[in-house]
Amino acid sequence: MVMHAHAYPDIEIPTPSQIAAVALNNEPDENGEQSMVLSMGPQHPSTHGVLRLAVELNGENVVQLAPDVGFLHTGIEKTIETKTYTKSIVLTDRMDYLAPMSNNMVYVAAIEKLMQQDVPERAQTLRVLLLELTRINSHLVWLGTHALDLAAMSVFFYAMREREYILDIFEMLTGARMMTSYFRVGGLAWDIPADFIPTVEDFLTHFLPKVDEYEDLLTNNLLWKQRTKGVGVVNAADAIALGLSGANLRASGVDWDLRKTMPYSGYETYQFDVPVGQAGDIYDRYRCRVQEMRESVKIARQAIERVKQMHGQPYVTENRKVAPPPKSEITYSMESLIHHFKLWTEGFRPPRGSAYAAIESPRGEIGCYVVSDGTPKPWRVHFRAPSFINLQALPHIAKGKLMADLVALIASIDPVLGEVDR
Amino acid sequence: MIDRATLEQRVSAQFPTVRIGDESGDLCLTVERQQLPALAGWLRDEPDLAFTFLNQLCGVDYLGRDPRFEVVVHLTSFQNKMRVTLHIEVPEADPTIPTLARLFPTANFQERETYDMFGIIFTGHPGLERILMPEDWLGHPQRKDHPLGYEEVAFTHNEDWIYANKPFAKE
Amino acid sequence: MGLEEKAGDLGIVTTTLEGVVNWGRTKAMWPMLFGLACCAIEMMAGQASNYDMSRFGLELMRASPRQADLMIVAGRVSRKMAPVLRRLYDQMPEPKWVVAMGDCASCGGVYNNYAIVQGVDEIVPVDVYVAGCPPRPEALIDGILQLHEKIKRDKITDHADGKPIRIEQAERGALKPLG
Ligand code: SF4
Repeated sequence: MVMHAHAYPDIEIPTPSQIAAVALNNEPDENGEQSMVLSMGPQHPSTHGVLRLAVELNGENVVQLAPDVGFLHTGIEKTIETKTYTKSIVLTDRMDYLAPMSNNMVYVAAIEKLMQQDVPERAQTLRVLLLELTRINSHLVWLGTHALDLAAMSVFFYAMREREYILDIFEMLTGARMMTSYFRVGGLAWDIPADFIPTVEDFLTHFLPKVDEYEDLLTNNLLWKQRTKGVGVVNAADAIALGLSGANLRASGVDWDLRKTMPYSGYETYQFDVPVGQAGDIYDRYRCRVQEMRESVKIARQAIERVKQMHGQPYVTENRKVAPPPKSEITYSMESLIHHFKLWTEGFRPPRGSAYAAIESPRGEIGCYVVSDGTPKPWRVHFRAPSFINLQALPHIAKGKLMADLVALIASIDPVLGEVDR
Repeated sequence: MIDRATLEQRVSAQFPTVRIGDESGDLCLTVERQQLPALAGWLRDEPDLAFTFLNQLCGVDYLGRDPRFEVVVHLTSFQNKMRVTLHIEVPEADPTIPTLARLFPTANFQERETYDMFGIIFTGHPGLERILMPEDWLGHPQRKDHPLGYEEVAFTHNEDWIYANKPFAKE
Repeated sequence: MGLEEKAGDLGIVTTTLEGVVNWGRTKAMWPMLFGLACCAIEMMAGQASNYDMSRFGLELMRASPRQADLMIVAGRVSRKMAPVLRRLYDQMPEPKWVVAMGDCASCGGVYNNYAIVQGVDEIVPVDVYVAGCPPRPEALIDGILQLHEKIKRDKITDHADGKPIRIEQAERGALKPLG
C-alpha cells in the first residue's frame, strides 16, 4: 500500500476548551438554530470508565467533540522510576487491566531488548499461550460491554461466563484473578502447576463452540447490523494517520499485526491468520475481534503441543545476574545465596542506553520505551498506550454522526481508561 | 523493501547534519530541532521509505545533562517493516520544538501529554493544553525535579500521628 | 409477648419500626454504577453470571446518583476525579452509604504518588473498606453484607427533630463544604 505525499490526511482534533469556547459564544444563527454543548461523563455508563467527552450537538448530530482524559491519571510512569525493574512489573498490570499479561510482556520485552537477554524456549512458548488467553479474556469483556451498550444484555452474561474460566486458569497459575504479574525479565516468575495444561486444553475445547454462540446472537442480528454496519467508517489512510492499531486498523483493511510483521516471542513459528476487514466500520471491527478469538485458540493449541514436548526445560533464564536461583539451591550454594540476596535487595543493572519494544496487545500496538542509566532503577519508562492513541480518532470518526452512534463508537474503539491515563 | 544500510545512506545524503546511531538494534537519528519537521516529512513522503506511522512520541528528562530534555519519536514503515527512532535534544532554557501534529495527526495527543508532563512547548500545535493533569495543576510532574508526592504510610507505630493529621471527609 | 401469642396463627409479626426500616434498606440497595479502574471490572464480574450480586438485593445499578443510595468506589481516585466524586456523593439522596472497594480506594494502594488521592476517605465518609487489589467478587459481596449488618444497627433516634443528623448539622453550619 503506497501513499503519496498529497494523500496523507490532515486531521483536526479539537480540545475540550475549544468546545467550551463554543458554549460561551453560542449565538443562534440567522435561522434561529443554535448548537448545544453537552458534557458527557466522566461518570457515564457507556464511556467505559471515567472518560469525559465535550460534544457539540446540532439537534441529534455531533458537530464536533473532544475527549477529555486524565480522570484516572495514576502516575505509573513516574512511580516506576522509583522502583527496581522487577518491582515495577506489578505496576504495569494495572494499566490495561483487561490484558495484564500483555503489559507485563511489553515491559519485560523492552528490558530484555535493552540487556540483550534471551529467554528459554519453553518460557517463550508459555508466554505465547498466556498472551493468547489474555487476548481472549480481553475480547470477551469488550464483546460483553459492547453488546450491553447496544442493549443486547444477554451477550454480556455469556461472555462473562467464559471469562471466569480464564480467570480461574490465571488464578491457578498465579494466585490472582486479574493482576497476575507473572512475567519476569528472562522468563516467567515460577513454573506452571502440573494440571495447568489439561485445564487449558479443557477450556479451549469448551470455548471454541461458544464463539459460535456469540456470533449466533449478534452477527446476523438485524438490530445489531443496523446499529453497526456502515457506522463509524475510517478509511485506511486516516487510520494510519491517526495512529490506530490493532483490530481498529485491521478493520480498515490494513494488514498489520506485529505478531506477523515484527514477530516477538517466536510468533513467526505459529500457523495463524490475521483477520482483516474492508469497510472499516463498527461491524468490521466486531468481526475482526471475534475472528481473532478463534485464531487465538488456534495459536494456544499449537503452544500447548509444544509445551508438552518441552517438559523439564527451564521456565526462566539461567543467568543468575537477572533471575534468582531456585530456593532449593540456596540451601547449599553460597553463590546462589549471594545472587538471591543481591537480586532482592538491589536488583539487576541493565547497561546504559534505551530501547523500544512493541507487541500486539488486544487493543493494538502497545509499546514500551525504557531508558536506563546503569542503575537498578529505570531512568524513564514510557508506554505507548494503544487506547490513548486510538481514542484520539474518536473526534474524527464521530463527526456528523448521531449521538446514539457515539455510544457504539466508543465501545468499538475499545478503550481501557486505565491505559489511556496511566 | 530497503534495508537499513540503504536508509542510512539516503539519510546522510539528504541530511548531512543528522547523527546516525543505534538504539538497541533500531536505527536512531539524532536531529536538530529545526530540522525535525523536514526530516520527519521526508521520511514520511519518500515513496520508497514511507514511514507513515508514528508509533510514539515522548519526552525524557536527563536532569544534570545539557541539553536537559530529549524528545523521542518512533516511526514505522509498513512497507519496509522497519522502525526508526528520532532523538531531538531540547535545552532547558528554551524548551520549544516544532510540532509534528500537522504532519502526523496522531502526534496531537502525545505532544499534549509531553507538554503536560515535561513542559516542552510544541510550537505550531493546534491546541497545546494539559491533557492528563487538571488544568490548574502547577508544575510538570514527570520532570525529575518534581517530587513524587509520596505520603507516609500508616503502620501501627505511627498511625495515631498520621490519622490525627489526615483530612478525613465529613458527611 | 402477649399479642404475638394471641395473634400467632394470623400471620402477624410484631417488631420495631426501626427494625423494619433498616431491614427494608438492606434488602433493596441501589448501588451507583461508578466504575473507576480495574476494581470496576471485578464489580462487573460480581454482577455477571457467576457471582450474581442481585442475590443480595443489589439488582439495579443506577448510573444516576439521584437514584442511588450506595456508592461503591471501585478503583483509584485521581486528584482530577476527586471533585467529581464528591459532587456525585453530594447529589445522592439520604440515607447513603459508601463502600471503598480495593486498596486504592481505601488507602492509595500501590500508588503512593502525586496523582492519586491516598484513600477516598479524604473526600467522602466511608462505611466499609474492602481490601484486595482487586478484591474478589466474594470479598465485595462480603463487604456489602458487612454494610447490611451496620445498617441494621442504625438508630432512628440518630435523627434529631425528624431530620437526619446530617441535614441538621448542615443547617447549624457544622458542616463545611470541602475546600
Ligand atoms: S485496588 Fe488494585 S485493582 Fe483496584 S483500582 Fe487499585 S490497582 Fe486497580
